[in-house]
Order: sequence, then C-alpha cells, then structure tokens
Amino acid sequence: MASDTAGALRPKRPPPWHDPAVRGVVFQILFVAAVVAAGGFLVHNTLANLERQNIATGFGFLGREAAFGIGESLILYSPADSYARAFLVGLTNTLYVAALGIVLATILGTVMGLARLSSNWLIAKLAQIYVETFRNIPLALQLFFWWGLLRWSAPAPRQAWQPLADVFVSNRGIVFPVPREDPAHPWMLLALVIGIVGAWAIARWARLRQARTGRPFPSGWAGLALVFGLPLAVFLAAGAPLRLDVPALHGFNFTGGTAVSPEFAALLFGLVIYTGSFIAEIVRAGILAVSWGQSEAALALGLTAWQRMRLVVLPQALRVIVPPMTSQYLSLTKNSSLAVIIGFPDLVSVANTTINQTGQAVEGIAMIMAVYLAISLVISALMNLYNRAVALVER
Amino acid sequence: MIRMGLGAISALAIAMGLGFIAPAEAGPTLDKVKQAGAISCGVQTGVAGYAQPDSQGVYTGFNVDICHALSAAVFGDPTKVKFVPLTAQQRFTALQSGEVDLLSNNTTWTLQRDTELGLNFAPVVFYDGQGFMVTKKSGVKSAKELNGATICVAPGTTTELNLADYFRANKMEFKPVVIEKLDELTGAFFSGRCDAYTTDASALAAVRIGRASNPDDYVILPERISKEPLAPVVRHGDEQWFDIVRWVVYALIEAEEKGITQKNLDDMAKSEDPTVKRILGATPGMGKALGLDEKWAFNEVKAVGNYGEIFERNLGMAGPLKLDRGLNNLWTKGGLIYAMPIR
Amino acid sequence: MPNIMTTGIAHELPVPAEAPPPRTHGPIGWLRANLFNSLFNTVLTLVALYFLAMTIPPVIRWALIDAVWTAPSGQACRGAMGQEGGACWAFIGEKLRFILFGRFPYAEQWRPLVVVVIFVALILLSCDRRLWGRRLPVLWLLGLAAVGVLMWGGVFGLSTVDTMLWSGLPLTLIFSVVGIVFAFPFGILLALGRRSRLPAVRAISVGYIELVRGVPLITVLFMASVMLPLFLPSGFTIDKLLRAQIAFILFAAAYLAEVIRGGLQAIPTGQIEAADALGLGYWQRTRLIVLPQALAMVIPPLVNTFIGTFKDTSLVIIIGLFDLLGTVNAALADANWQGFYVEAYVVAAAIYWSFCFFMSRYSQILEREFNKSRRR
Repeated sequence: MASDTAGALRPKRPPPWHDPAVRGVVFQILFVAAVVAAGGFLVHNTLANLERQNIATGFGFLGREAAFGIGESLILYSPADSYARAFLVGLTNTLYVAALGIVLATILGTVMGLARLSSNWLIAKLAQIYVETFRNIPLALQLFFWWGLLRWSAPAPRQAWQPLADVFVSNRGIVFPVPREDPAHPWMLLALVIGIVGAWAIARWARLRQARTGRPFPSGWAGLALVFGLPLAVFLAAGAPLRLDVPALHGFNFTGGTAVSPEFAALLFGLVIYTGSFIAEIVRAGILAVSWGQSEAALALGLTAWQRMRLVVLPQALRVIVPPMTSQYLSLTKNSSLAVIIGFPDLVSVANTTINQTGQAVEGIAMIMAVYLAISLVISALMNLYNRAVALVER
Repeated sequence: MIRMGLGAISALAIAMGLGFIAPAEAGPTLDKVKQAGAISCGVQTGVAGYAQPDSQGVYTGFNVDICHALSAAVFGDPTKVKFVPLTAQQRFTALQSGEVDLLSNNTTWTLQRDTELGLNFAPVVFYDGQGFMVTKKSGVKSAKELNGATICVAPGTTTELNLADYFRANKMEFKPVVIEKLDELTGAFFSGRCDAYTTDASALAAVRIGRASNPDDYVILPERISKEPLAPVVRHGDEQWFDIVRWVVYALIEAEEKGITQKNLDDMAKSEDPTVKRILGATPGMGKALGLDEKWAFNEVKAVGNYGEIFERNLGMAGPLKLDRGLNNLWTKGGLIYAMPIR
Repeated sequence: MPNIMTTGIAHELPVPAEAPPPRTHGPIGWLRANLFNSLFNTVLTLVALYFLAMTIPPVIRWALIDAVWTAPSGQACRGAMGQEGGACWAFIGEKLRFILFGRFPYAEQWRPLVVVVIFVALILLSCDRRLWGRRLPVLWLLGLAAVGVLMWGGVFGLSTVDTMLWSGLPLTLIFSVVGIVFAFPFGILLALGRRSRLPAVRAISVGYIELVRGVPLITVLFMASVMLPLFLPSGFTIDKLLRAQIAFILFAAAYLAEVIRGGLQAIPTGQIEAADALGLGYWQRTRLIVLPQALAMVIPPLVNTFIGTFKDTSLVIIIGLFDLLGTVNAALADANWQGFYVEAYVVAAAIYWSFCFFMSRYSQILEREFNKSRRR
C-alpha cells in the first residue's frame, strides 16, 4: 500500500533519451568523438603525407649546425652553433623587444591618456589626434613606414649624422658608445640590488609608520636616492673608472660601441606608438571611471594635485585599467612577431629560416606556438597577481 | 526537434570525419593533371627573365617556358598551365601537398632536399653560382673585401647558407639582413641598407636590370662562391611523372643539339636522321614509353623552341638580362648542358 | 544702526577702482580658460605651439607647395621637385589603379571597383538601425553574392578571373568581411560552449579559444599557408586565397567568442529562469531569449573586432598575397619609381584610416546610446 502511494507520487522516471543527464553524457561523448575524429584525421593525413614523401620528422634537427647567420643577437651566436641556439637567439630578441616595448608603451600611453584629459585644449586635441591616427592604421603599414624612413632618409655610414659626440646615425642604425667592462661593474650591480631592496624596505616602513602615527615620510625620494646613489657611490669609490668603447668607422661600418639597427628601431618605435594609442584610451577611460566626487572629496581634504592623483584617483582607476592593459601587453608581445616583415631576427623570423632549411614545418610552427603560449601565460599570471594587489579588498 | 537535430548533426559530423579519414588515394600526377586539364606549375613571384607577370598577370620567362614545354608534351597545347607564384618558404610544401605538380623556380639541387624533403630533381636546366652585387660607388672589386659588410639575403635558401660558409671559410665577419619577400629585400638593398646583395649570379643580373633605377650604378663582383645547379622539382614517389619531366627537359636539349628549331621543325620532321626521327615521333615508341603522345617532343619545340632558343629569348642577348651561355652551353660547345640519349 | 553708519562712511570714502573680472566669454576668454589658465598649462601650450610651428609648415611645403603632380618617371619627378624635395604625387597618379586593384586584369578593373562600392554601401547601410532585423542579412547575402560574381566572373558574359589575380583593396575587404561573417556563427558556438554545463564541451571550447588567442596571427597564417596542405589527404588542395581566408575565420572566431561571452555573462539569471519556467529547451532558450539580448549588448565591441580584423588583413603580405599593403609594396619595387615610399604609405594609410576611423566613431556613438538606454 505504502509503496503504491509512493510510486504514484514519484514522478515517472523519464526514458533515458529524455533524461537531461543521460543526454548530456551522450552528447559529450559524441562531441569529443567528433573532435577526436577530426584531430585524428588531420594527424593521420599529416603522418601519411610526411611518410609518403619521405620527409624527416622529430626534433633531431635542433642539435644540428644551423649554418646561417643572424644579424643581431643578445647572446653569442655564430653560424657554427646549433639550431637550438639559433632559436634561443630569436627568443631572446623577441623577449627583449617585447619587454622594452611594454615599458615604453605604458609610459607613452599614460602620458597621452592624461594629456587627453588635460584642461589645456591644445594638448588634449594633439593627444586625441595622436590616438585617433595611430590606432586606425595597421601596424604592418606603420612598421614599413618607419623602416622606410630610417633606410631612405638616413645617410650612408660614411656621411653619418652626429647629433652628439661619438653618437652616429646612419642607415645602418644608431651607434653609441658603451662603457668598457670594468671590475667595478659587478659591485655596482650589487649596490643597485641593495638599493632596490633598501628602497622597498623604506617604503614598507614608511607605510606602516604612516598608518600608525599618521606622519608621512618622503619614501619616494629616499628610495630614489638609494637606488641611484649607492651604485654611484661605488662608482666614485672605485675611482670613476669610465672608459668608453667609442664607435669608429672601420671599413663598411662602425665597430665598437653598441648599435641599434633600423629594423629594431622601426619595430620598437612602431610597437610603442601603436600600442601606446590603445593604452592612452584605457588610461583615459580608467580615470574617467573614478567618480568626480572622489576628486572633490580629496580637494576638500586639502590634498595637492599630485597627492590626489597618487592616493585617490590612481588606486581606483587601476582597478579598471589593469585587465584591459593585460590584453594590450599580450597583443604587443604577439605583434612583435611582425618583425619578420622588416627583417628583424625575432623568434618567428629565425624559426621561419629554420623551417625553410630543414623542411620541418610542423615542428617549427609547433615550437613558435608553444613559446608564445608560454609567454602569454606568464604575462597573464603576472598581471593577475598585480590585479589582485590593486583590486578592491572587500571588507 | 532541436535535440534530434543536434544528435543528427553530431552523427553527421562523425560520419564525415570517418569518411574523410580514409585518405583519398594518391593518384599518379599524370592522371590528376589530365583530369584537371592543366598542369599546376610553381614559379617565383617575379624575377625578370625567369618568371615575371606582366601588368595583365601573364607570366613570361625561362622557367615559365619549361612549364609551357611540359604542357605541350602532355596536352599538345602549351597553354594548359596554371602558374602559382610561391615564396621560397612556401615552395616545398606547395609541391609536397600537391598544390603544384612541379616547381620550376630556380631551386638548387642539394642532397638534403633530395632526401629529407622528399623531392626529386629533374635534370639541371641552369648552372649558376652565387655572387654579390654592390654599388659602384663603394669601390669594392672583390668579395674578399666584404669583411664587416652588411649583406641582404633571402631566408630559407641555399644562398643564406653559402653566404655564412663563405665568410666562415675566409675568416671574415658579416651582418645579414634577412627578408623573405623579394620586393622588400631588394628595396632594402637599393635604399642603401646593405653593402651587398647576394643571390644566384643570374638572379643578381635580373634584379640589377629589372629593379635598379639605374643599373649602371651597380656591379656584380667576379667571385662565384657556390655551385647552384637549378633544376625543376617534382614529388618523391611518382616515377612516371618524374620520367616525363626529366625527358621533357632532355628533349629540349637534344633538339638544340640536333639543330631542331621552332622555325625548321616541319622540315626536320621529314628528316632521314634516325635520331631526329625518334625525337620528333616519326619513328614511334618514345611517346608510348613515357605514356604520352608520340608527337610530345615535336609539340614542345613547336611551342617554345629548343633549349638554346628558350635561353636566348629569356636570358640571353634577345632578352633583358643579356647573360652569356657560359656553363649553360651545350657540352659540344664547352658547356655542361648534356642530354641523355633519346632511344 | 551701526550697519547704516558703516555703509554711510563707505560711501563717503573714495573706493579704489578694481580691475574688471577676467573675461570668460569671447575668443580671449576662451584662450585664457583653455590654454593659459595656469603657469604649467601656459608652458605646455607654448611647447605645443612650437612643436606645431616646427612640423606643420615643412609638411605643407612637402605635400603641397614643393610637390610634383605630374611627371613621366621617378627621375623626372626628382628633377622637378627642386633642392628641398617635395612629394611626388605623380607616382600615386601613375600607380593608384595598381595600388587599388593590383593585378586584376586591367580592362576588367571596373569589377573590383564595383565590389568596393558594394562593400562601402553595405557597411553604410548596416549603420542605419531601421534596417536592423531580417532585412539586413538578406542585403548582405545579396551583396556578397554580387561580389562573388564580379570577382570570379564566368557568368553573365564576364570573363573568369583566377583568384591569383585578386588583389588590392577588394581583397582586403573580402578577407575582413567574409572572415567576420563566417566567424560569427562559429564564435557564437564557441561562446556557448565555454558557458556550457557539459565539462567536455567547455574544456574543448576554452582550449580552442585560449590557444588561438595566445598565439600571433602570423603563426595561424603560416599554418594555413604552409601546413594546411599537409593536414589534408594527398591530392586534395585548397586555393591559396581560401586558405588565408580560413585562417582569418578561425582566428576571428576565438576573439568574437570572447566578446559574445561578455554579452552572455551580462544576461540576468532571471531571464534564463523565466525561460526555464516557460518550459523552453536549451536551444529554444538560447535562440529566443539569451542570444538576442546578449548580441545586442555587444554590438560596439563587435564593431571593434571587425576593425581589428580589417587591420589584421594587412598581414597576408607575409604569405605572399597582394592585399592593399602588398600592392603598395609591389608598386614601390618598380625600378622607374624608386624611393617614393612616404607618398605610397601615406595614401595606403589614408585608405585604411578612413575605414577604421569611420567604424570606430560609429561604435562609439552606438556605445553611448546603448549606455543611455540602459541607464534608464
């Protein structure tokens, strides 16, 4: 009897093909099967094609001698080195241009974003023209333009311009002197590290003290003094050993000093100007997102313009700014691969050459993709950490 | 309804996936070409004398004529060719994947390409060597003076490797500027970005004539730092097609050797010389052996002339480049061009 | 009483004449308020004015006064422009048709011209919100069909034109428009997949989106141009142009998916619960309730994605196709006209800019209006 009532009350169990859970599982199995089948189909074809045409596979080529030259490199490289080393050269070049680009684009973008909000009509208009112009022109075209400008307008090395003593600008790039290696350098580096750690400690102490007693401490100036002062002190203590490696025209080109090639300069310049125009908009939107009442309250408290920006507006604006900024940093890094069109030996350019020489396109492109994915993940992770630091702490 | 539709779609997707998994049988290239009604021929994107599109997009040049000859031999009609411009990077995969049926684009015959890239090389149609071009103003007279120079070079070519080898062997330094697209690469050289531009000497001549605003401002240095045997390329694994391309080239050379030209072709067809009769199909057998029409070689010469005529028209004195025959003369005249006997 | 006293005294004392208050109207007032309202701003204004004085006159002289408008060749152009050197617009005059339409057969170049006009008309029509709804997709389909007929030919007495010869501005427009149109449904599916309850579907969607967004477009184009042929059964080939188009579709889909996901996330749960309460199934709910609201919300970022794709098409130059930027570079390689890259790039930049600027302005206007209506 009891079981009978329960049976009548319990909703009838739907047939399995109408049960959402069962359907979900079946659908997923089918979906995965379709994706796996499609993937398997492609892999199968690729293997069959490679096999049939007798094309080598695997990463064995990485150990072989690369035998091609690379124009500029941060690490030692010669054609006698391996393909793996050539890849590393490309990777360091990519990281170098991307890191430099991110820093410079952030500075330019912030300045331009603030300029757009300036009460000065002329400055605001100029910043707006900058943003609207460079945002709306493809980066590839801009790169070609800057590269063309550097190649066609600059003179040959023999007639190089000399804006400063021992700095030469020619169509081979900008050459400038660098200090020669000295035993004092490692100590100066150590002093710099100590200075940075010290500055951080002071800032922390000052913040705690201000929270406790309310008395501010000029930690910014003290930090700056430590960071730059300590290495300078070491430098002076070592007897100011400044010997410059001065560039000189020797045969075809300048030897000595350090050179920035037109390709690198065009790439960096293009990336910074292009990305800067997007960052300017992000910064502007971020600051506009902070309600005017906040600024008024800060004014009422008697904060100076700098304090108002630093203590009230910026911390709130950063919450809006950081997430889109992350994607700009990512796209700058990915856009640095456009180096290949103007011949700067970045990762893609070197990998491209490798693919051509070895014929192993699958491996080469897989390596490029893996590297960019890794870089993307690292930048995202770092920016997420930062975002967590600036995000609103709910109390 | 929608649920059922979804199920049907997934089922269909899987069925299609499985259906595609059975790889379409790789038909012999000759059948594929005949079915398509045209030969797909990979050429450069634009090098004067070798393969250059005019403003109408019509290709002309030495490499282009090789494709026309092949088309004439296969179809009896030289126009059944589809030209596919390829960069240095794309050329091998384009061939491997079947996008093109042969490469006729100044590809250098090397051991690694022959083996690891799964390629087969037809006979050499042009013996070249790598050289350097500099501005006359620089005063450079020999490649040995290029120590420390910045050099423009295309990536993914034997040229790039030879360049590094040469400087290593001579204990000299250089800075490469590496750009894939020819337009930008030659632009970089002519803007003064590089001290020298290096590639095959004949291509240097083509660039000097075709792309310099004043060719007299540039000189090609005398050194040839490498051997560059340039040959048409086909896929590994299709012997019949390989044979056809090989003998199409030999027939062009043999025709020159026997004095068969576009003009005297019809007279020669009546010749009593047994070799000529075999070539032109008056004595049958050769075409059948190749799986072609008996008049295959006749059609070739009728369409584009013999090897010497193709050379003169595109590269020699009658063309823009004014190259000397040099190594590319017949073996009987002190060159390296030599056809295997057609019998 | 004391009040009256003081005022009385005040009236008798001579009052020193005060300076009139600063003008707040008229041009001088405007200048004062907007350019010279503080020491810092005055300095900035002067610096900016100096910068303008240094840059604008030389640019005007180069572009207009010293420019050469007609010349038979680059040499002649250089000879005519004098010492300072001006622009050689004769180069553009000579090459404009090539830059716009590239290697499309010369006599048939009215066809790509009409194609460009159709695209511009379609884009303009899409901005008219009265047409939003059923009619717009129909218009687009008709437009795209007309574009296909004009480019390929082979019907209505038009000669067939090989895709190898498609180049210039029409190619740029085709890549971006067709790319977005085909990426759109794919992007919707990916976005739905990413928000799906089914873990396998979610994982695959997330994997695809993040993979594609994590790598540069160049690698996707490389893959399409160099590796795609290896992925397919032997003897099965795809047109070079189509391969690049596939790359754009795959790439744009991942970015569209993220934009659409933003819209999906903004839908209040109440809407979905209401749909469930009505007994709608997943697809009915999605099609009738969720998507219409989500898509309407993300129209401005969708326009921005389209602008991004439009600019990205310039990368096909890497795989040897001649889009607008490619034809510019090819025009620059002409031996008779060497070194006029500034003129060429300025013209190309102006073309790209006018498209992008117009669309971005439009998306800004839309965004502002949407915000207004949402605030209500």
